Formats: sequence, structure tokens, C-alpha cells
Amino acid sequence: MNIYQEELLDHYENPCNYGTLPEPDISHEEDNPLCGDKIRMDLLVEDDTIKEVRFCGHGCTISLAAASMLTEKIQGKSLEEVKQLTRDDILDMVGIPLGPVRVKCALLALKVLKAGAYGIKGWPGEEDE
Amino acid sequence: MNTSDYRPLDVQAIRKDFPIFTDNSFAFLDSAASTQTPRPVVEAMDVYYDTYRSNIHRGIYRISEEATDQYEKARQKVAQLINAPRSSQVVFTRNTTESINLVAYSWGSMNIHQGDEIILTVLEHHSNLVPWQMLAQRTGATLRFLEITDQGLLDFTQLHDILSEKTKLIAITHVSNVLGTINPIQSVIDAAHAAGAKVMVDAAQSVPHFHVDVQQLDCDFLAFSGHKMCGPTGVGVLYGKLELLEEMPPFLGGGSMIRSVDRDISTYADVPAKFEAGTPSIAEAIGLGSAVDYITQAGLASIHVHEQELLKYAHQQLQDIEGITIYGPEPHQKAGVISFNIEGIHPHDVAGILDTHDVAIRAGHHCAQPLMKKFDVIATARASFYLYNTIEDIDRLCDGLRKAQTIMIRRNK
Repeated sequence: MNIYQEELLDHYENPCNYGTLPEPDISHEEDNPLCGDKIRMDLLVEDDTIKEVRFCGHGCTISLAAASMLTEKIQGKSLEEVKQLTRDDILDMVGIPLGPVRVKCALLALKVLKAGAYGIKGWPGEEDE
Repeated sequence: MNTSDYRPLDVQAIRKDFPIFTDNSFAFLDSAASTQTPRPVVEAMDVYYDTYRSNIHRGIYRISEEATDQYEKARQKVAQLINAPRSSQVVFTRNTTESINLVAYSWGSMNIHQGDEIILTVLEHHSNLVPWQMLAQRTGATLRFLEITDQGLLDFTQLHDILSEKTKLIAITHVSNVLGTINPIQSVIDAAHAAGAKVMVDAAQSVPHFHVDVQQLDCDFLAFSGHKMCGPTGVGVLYGKLELLEEMPPFLGGGSMIRSVDRDISTYADVPAKFEAGTPSIAEAIGLGSAVDYITQAGLASIHVHEQELLKYAHQQLQDIEGITIYGPEPHQKAGVISFNIEGIHPHDVAGILDTHDVAIRAGHHCAQPLMKKFDVIATARASFYLYNTIEDIDRLCDGLRKAQTIMIRRNK
């Protein structure tokens, strides 16, 4: 399967929830030290539920498309549900086989989300590799 | 540059020595990161493992003597390659990075003090930057930086402004791993010496590609890696002037680097053993010796001319691609490296799409983040060449780039 298939390219070119929120409850930014890609996520949280989410940043197709897909996925979800998201959820969502370097691209948005929302600064190694 | 031993390379014959090129459609354009390995190099290491594998310098039996002999022969071959006066001035390390760290710790701890200055360039690979940052933090020394012009050439005139009696060391790359820029290190070394400073040359991207003569340069230290010159991973080289190496304290302590050991104190072996604590990468050093034979047989002048031809062709072809920016100087001012970006496509995507067309290039910051910041880019795509690359490889690169454009850019229009 080609890694540059339509669905990914659609998300890359027309990302969902792209931008920032004026008064986010949570805002966090991380970069991928391997390539300098950077993603920021803004969240509006009400009654433990994600009311609104925006992301912005720069990166390759995989990192931006994964971020766009992730924002769609978490909209309206409870924080507890977001907490349960794993590396495999993201890779399933992206839906194409990725090499180890590109896996880091795909996981950048989830890293931002978790680190921002839960203060999980140190991303568990086994999730990242 | 010495071109006296020039004869055209028989690239097709060379490619037959590399099993990875059996499938002729694979364009490997990332030799600046690590080269491929020819059969003779792998075979030299196989012979060691199959017929005389043993530790060196200690065994009182034949195969250990043979191993010692072959290890030391490899040292002689490396010394000859760079025209070191004596083979004892060649220290085997793991790689360029370890060689530079050795100097930063050992020579640096003796010679760098609070208020001293170390001059670097913005072209440096992190391996010739971070060890000096760490030394500066330990000692209170200051780092100064030579800038580059918009063309990616070293701003040499600026050297006279920052070179002073405070300058103790200039650490400079011979060839930029990102832009390919060949630095005027002879002039830098002469100016440094006139000011009483020493010079450490990062030669990781030069020794594999053209003649480097340490006596002619008169550099104080020079470092390079085996894996960027058809040799195996895990072995690198530090060359140093004998009087400097002799007065330097050891870097790592342990076996092999001692003369005698008491409970509280030891005396150390002579160079180079003083800097080779523990069992070294024996097979890899022997493999490096074989790699030196291999590239010497091909001819370094021939390799350089071949890479220049590829570089000129690549520049011509790439310039025709819409929206491309090529970073760095013109082909005649650089070695076989070409860094570029294509408007509207992230370099990771460029490399990812090229990979699906069997073209291997690098994308990222190339361990040179200060340089990326200088050019105000996050990352670049980089193609680099060696003796086994062909015009067809570059054509495949260009075809792949056009393909990337049709995939990534068509819908924006």
C-alpha cells in the first residue's frame, strides 16, 4: 500500500480543526527532535469532556494527517477515553504500514495531546519505538 | 588538489564489488551518512573471524600474533593514507565523534581554562560542536563562531576579527556534511598557528573523498570514521601531532593502556596504546585497513573527479525542477553532497516518496541544527555521492522528485 494514499493526502491538504483557540483550557506544543516537526494542540474541556480542539504546526504528511485525524477522533470524548488512546490506535487510524522513523511522525500529535493533558512528559519508551 | 593518480573509474566494475547493487535499480544516495561495503572489506573481516580470531597484544600464540600484526598493519595503511609521519600517531576509536570527544576531554582538560576561546563554524556537525560546548561548560571557556555567506561559503575574513591571543583552538569541519562546502582549512590552520592556537579538523567527509595530507596541512588533530569510506561501522581514527598526543592524559582507563599498575596508581603506555583502553574493534580495524586498500586502488583523485562529474550533472538536472532550492555553493566549491528543498513538499515526504522508487536519500536536520537555523529551514533533503554512484542514479532521483510533485502538489492547483 502506498503511504501517500488519498485519505492521508486529504487530511494533509485540508486538515480538520486546524488553528488555535482564543482561550484554551489546555495548550501544549512538542517537536520531533529528529526532524524538527512541531505540533501544538489547544483543548477546551467542559465536564471532563473535550468540547473543542484545534491543532497547528508544521510537519510532513504523516505527522499533520495523523494530527488532523486525531482531533476528529477525540472531539466529544471524555478525558478518560483520551487517556486510553495508544500507539496502536493511532497506527490503526493512519491505516498504512510505517517504518520506525515515520512512526515517530505519526505519534507526535498523540504525544502532544497526552503530555499537554496529563503532564505525561516522559513518553513511555515502548510506545515510541 | 592532487590529481596525479587520476584515471577514470570503472564504475560498473566497482558496483560488482557491492552485493547491494546486484539489483541495478537501487539508487543509494546517502553515502555522507554511511557508505556501502565492498566484498573485499567484508572478506578481510571474515578471514579474521574464521582463521585467526583472538585478542591482540597479549596472546603468546600464533593466531594472536597474527591478529596483532593485521591490526597494526591496518594502522600503517591509515597512516599512509593521510601521510602521517608515524603510524603511532593514528589512534583507533569508535568513530569521528569519539575521536573529537577524546581530544575535548584529554587535550581540553589540560589546555582549556576559564576565559579561553574556542572557534567553531556554523557548518559544524553536532559531533564537532557538542563536545566543545561540554568542554566550555566544564572550564568556563567561550565558544566563538565563524559565519558563512549566503552561498554557504565560510566567511574567512571574519576569522581575523575573532582570532586573538585568547583563542586556544579552532575546531572546523573540512567538508560540510550538509552543504558539501570544502572549507579553506589550510588558510585557517596557518592563521591559527600564527596566533598560537591549535586546530582540530573534522575530516569525516573529506578523507573518504580526496587526498588529505596531515603533514602538508600541519593540522594538530584530525578525525574521521571508517564507515563513511567503505569500511565497517565501529572504527574511527584520531590523528594527532606526536608531541601533543604524548603530553595528553589518557581518555579512558583500563586494560591495554597501561605500562604498570599498582593499587593506587598506574603508569600509562605510549601512544597510541595509551588511548586504546580495552579490547578494540579488531575485526573492524582490519576491515578499515582493507577499505583503505580499496579506495586507494580506485584512486582518491579518480573518486574526486567522478564525484565532481556527478555533482555537476546533479546540479544541472535538479535546477530544472520547478520550485527547487539548492543550498550551498557551486559544484566546484564543494564535495559530493547536494542539499535541497522542493516548495510545498516536506523533505520527509520527499524522502518517503523517493524510497518507494528505490532511491535512498536523507531528510532531516543532518545533525547540524545551527546551520538549519541559519538558512531558516526546519530540514532539507540531501543526496550524496560516492565512487559507486552513476548518472542513472541521479536520473532516478530526478524522476522520483517529479513523481513526488505530481503526488503532493497537483491538488493545490
